Amino acid sequence: MEMEQTILNLLVLTNLLSNIRLLNTSRIPVMILTVGIQGFVIGLLPLVLHWERVHSTLLLIALIMIVIKGVILPRLLNRSMQQAGVIREVEPFVGPTASLLIGLFLLALSYWITFPLRSSLPEGFFFVPVLALFTVFNGLFLIVSRKKAITQVIGYLTMENGVYAFGASLAVDHPFLVELGVLLDVWVGVFIMGIAIYHINTEFDHIDTDKLSTLKH
Amino acid sequence: MAWIVVVLPLLLGLFSLPQRNNRLLLLVLRIGGIAHFLVTLLFWLLPSEGSPLVFLDPLGILILTVTSFLFLMVSFYTKGYLKTHTERISLAIGCLFFFLAAMSLVCISADMGLLWVAVEATTLASAPLIYFHKDHRSLEATWKYLLICSVGIALALMGNIFLSYAGGSSIESLYIPDLLANADRFDPRWLKVAFILLLVGYGTKMGLAPLHSWLPDAHSEAPSLVSALLSGSLLNCAFLGILRGFGILRQAGLEGWGGNILILFGLVSLSMAALFLIRQTDFKRMLAYSSVEHMGILVLGAGVGGIAGTGAMLHLVNHSFAKGLLFLVAGNILTIYQTKQLDSIQDLVHQAPRSAFLWMVGFLAITGSPPFGLFFSEWIILKGLIDSGQWVSLVVYLAALFIVFASLARYVIQMTFPRGSSSIGAPHGEKQERSFSKEPLWMWGPPLVLSGITLILGLYVPPTLLSFLTMAFTG
Repeated sequence: MEMEQTILNLLVLTNLLSNIRLLNTSRIPVMILTVGIQGFVIGLLPLVLHWERVHSTLLLIALIMIVIKGVILPRLLNRSMQQAGVIREVEPFVGPTASLLIGLFLLALSYWITFPLRSSLPEGFFFVPVLALFTVFNGLFLIVSRKKAITQVIGYLTMENGVYAFGASLAVDHPFLVELGVLLDVWVGVFIMGIAIYHINTEFDHIDTDKLSTLKH
Repeated sequence: MAWIVVVLPLLLGLFSLPQRNNRLLLLVLRIGGIAHFLVTLLFWLLPSEGSPLVFLDPLGILILTVTSFLFLMVSFYTKGYLKTHTERISLAIGCLFFFLAAMSLVCISADMGLLWVAVEATTLASAPLIYFHKDHRSLEATWKYLLICSVGIALALMGNIFLSYAGGSSIESLYIPDLLANADRFDPRWLKVAFILLLVGYGTKMGLAPLHSWLPDAHSEAPSLVSALLSGSLLNCAFLGILRGFGILRQAGLEGWGGNILILFGLVSLSMAALFLIRQTDFKRMLAYSSVEHMGILVLGAGVGGIAGTGAMLHLVNHSFAKGLLFLVAGNILTIYQTKQLDSIQDLVHQAPRSAFLWMVGFLAITGSPPFGLFFSEWIILKGLIDSGQWVSLVVYLAALFIVFASLARYVIQMTFPRGSSSIGAPHGEKQERSFSKEPLWMWGPPLVLSGITLILGLYVPPTLLSFLTMAFTG
């Protein structure tokens, strides 16, 4: 029990640190690495949380998720990045330091939102939903505050990681469809977005989405 | 049995992808549209059956029928619209079929998880359609569409997760009849969170303000026949997701709480759409904002409940057909004038009299003028608002409807009739003018059928249909 708790705390902490790293770096390779690590850690979550009840299906799904989130997606992103030739998020809408401050605020917000629901959560569980919510908020924030298409995809993946952490911590009784859904979402979503990035790249020699502003109200 | 409506278009889509013969593809599209509609009609006659994943309940059948019929009309329109297109259209036709398959799956899903997968699939199937013209603007629209709807769909997934957590051990899966039967044992706190997430998630896809920002771009950049499907069918499918969540809430005794949130979203959408409509420069964006307005009316009606709920269901049908009609005619106008700018279009009545007539009919229908169906359904919702004493909502509702009417009237009249003696905006060259002066059947046939249905629904709604609509709303 204690061992399990320690590992859980370690995972939660790694997730927290990876979120912070995502917020205050502007180097895209670092972001890709970080989101990969985060995916790996979050993939481990269901196994650690429900280690007494791990059955073959859960194990299989968890392993697939670890491979996809931790290995395949970062590789795809790396390839897109090299094709597009961008390695830096230059002049985001919100700079690294300000992002970090907003991140702290989002963390507090997640804590505040999750707190009233505390009593209906299993014991020793509380920080997982807080961190999951923080990861979702963090992803949303990255999407709206960064300009490059690839950084927005990274933000989207971060958000997906958060959603998966929720699924892993809450919905373990009905894992199948939920996790199948995440699978499809991540897979196809990123696949298509990769193609879109490719087109944005080849047509306009840049992947700044803020330059895509011909369409106004 | 129910799976046919999904499998059939899926197979036809797979068949279409490698085809190189455009005429064959257009023929397959029409045959597929007819077959799909016939199968859908069969569902009305045969008793419904349940399986762990799919079922046919009144709400699903209603939206499926609307979708299928609109697709049928669009498939005939497409025949003419893409006939002269010399590039490969196999991807577009394939995606149209996949889009139909995904939307059908949304309608027949008996499981919130499957419903979610289906809604996600509609995004993926329609993204290449929005990117049809492969230019700068359509790329921007596609990127916005993908990113914003993916975020929305991720939130809806979180809603599903919370829903299953709220159910705890009382449910085994997200099978909708199970959820409804056990809803009173759900933890209300988690259920509320789940509903808000579902509403925001599917609401993004439905184009509820302030989550609508993808909608005007996607609708204006997509080819008009795709816009017709996006507006007339896809938005309904997203609404279905919200209604499923609302149904569970109702069974749990939280109808009042959920209804107020829906009313709020409805009023915000209505007023924002009305404000944006005051100044428009692009007639397809104008139609897109009108969709935001009507989606607002739908959730408003659903939130008020009772007779307004029935009105919302009727409004859904009416809006789909009227908006389908308008987008198809918008396609004609675009073909004739080669521009979407409102300023440079005038004298439609002489350039293309039939399109001009249908454009006027569509305008009258969509703004809820008698004797069209939307007048009747908007009137039912109005009555529901009065009955439940929602006076503030009533004022906002009427004001928004008035502003929309006035704005649209200005644009539509400006486009339809000649403006003084100036010659700006006349189609380039005499030759083009002559070639369109006799409008081919595809241009006015499908829109005419759609306008006929809206008209009939305004003159007479059979009582059986009304009770069916009530059943669709209350489940």
